Amino acid sequence: MDHGSPTIENVFGIGWLDFNLSNIIMTFVASLIVFIIAVIGSRNLQRKPTGFQNFMEWIVDFVKGMISSTMDWKTGRRFLPLGLTLLMYIFIANILGIMFMVVYDGELWWKSPTADPGVTLTLAVMVVALTHYYGVRLKGTKGYIKEFFSPIPILFPLKIIEEFANTLTLGMRLYGNIYAGEVLLTLLVGFMATGAMETVAGVVPALLWQGFKLFISGIQAFIFVMLTMVYMSHKVSEDH
Amino acid sequence: MLDPRLFILNAEMGFNPGSMIIQFVMFIILLALITKFAWRPLMNVMQEREEHVANEIDTAEKNRQEAERLMNEAQDELQGTRQNAQKIIEDAKETAKSEQQTMIAEAKDEAQRIKDNARQEIEQEKERAVQALQEQVGTLSVQIASKVIEKELTVDEQQKLINEYLEQVGEDK
Repeated sequence: MDHGSPTIENVFGIGWLDFNLSNIIMTFVASLIVFIIAVIGSRNLQRKPTGFQNFMEWIVDFVKGMISSTMDWKTGRRFLPLGLTLLMYIFIANILGIMFMVVYDGELWWKSPTADPGVTLTLAVMVVALTHYYGVRLKGTKGYIKEFFSPIPILFPLKIIEEFANTLTLGMRLYGNIYAGEVLLTLLVGFMATGAMETVAGVVPALLWQGFKLFISGIQAFIFVMLTMVYMSHKVSEDH
Repeated sequence: MLDPRLFILNAEMGFNPGSMIIQFVMFIILLALITKFAWRPLMNVMQEREEHVANEIDTAEKNRQEAERLMNEAQDELQGTRQNAQKIIEDAKETAKSEQQTMIAEAKDEAQRIKDNARQEIEQEKERAVQALQEQVGTLSVQIASKVIEKELTVDEQQKLINEYLEQVGEDK
């Protein structure tokens, strides 16, 4: 992992405006793959589903189940597209780094976009912002503010802290899991590259770790969407 | 041992606000496009199927009730028909019985009449025969008498006899 990121700094002469080209490319790739899968899966839809449509409907039902377990389906149905997109996007983004990583000129180009805290925190901030937006929209400004002072007003500071804690943990959990996976995978591959004996010794652990990382990718995508829905239900549900 | 540079890398991986903004925008675009092109149609199809199934169940239930109603109706109809048939058969039996009795009675009457007629005829025949016989007996007896009388009667005696008869006739008057 002795490589940096392809970063362009100080664009347009603005001091803080940095671009990580790897992140941009990888999120674009992930988005493209998710879009292609979803569009192929929902092409030629039939009332009696076959093949790929079955798979897509299974995903829809899966996310539907997640939403139903946290809130009323009548309020929750509007979050179904968000949940579906998040689930597929994060899962695809997670497994992008399993297959291979591309290092060019000492800079890491191809990796999981979710192995970057910026990417995951962007998603987390977006999700938490959306919960606030829907909290205001569905319960009114008064109901939304009242939520911060219930059940007892003294909890107000804690509630404020909770919002930031939620955002941070939501993003950092995903980042940490995927980044740790990639670090270990890189170390294993680096170890295998040092000699023939090491290659033989490293094959099984590398395979096992890739399999485990695939599992982690699915679990983390599920957890992210599940927590999104839980936070959402805290903000939009009438009683909890 | 872990490469110490690994930990330096963490510091290198700072936040890049530019790429964060681009990623955010990209995700929103993905969300909008994918919702329009994939999730909406998919959800619509699933919704439509759900409604279709619900409709089918409703229709099936309705059809079942209709079938039950029709079956009950048919049962009732059958019951009525059976009763009707029973009634018709009973009526027919009744009619046949009364017809039979009437016929028997008529036949008896007829027989009685024929018997009476025959008896009457026999009676008449008998009377006629008796009469004929009487006449014949009378004639015969007169012939026999005349034969007997022819042999023994003299003229005087004959005269005397005739007179006697004449007298008698006169007395009878």
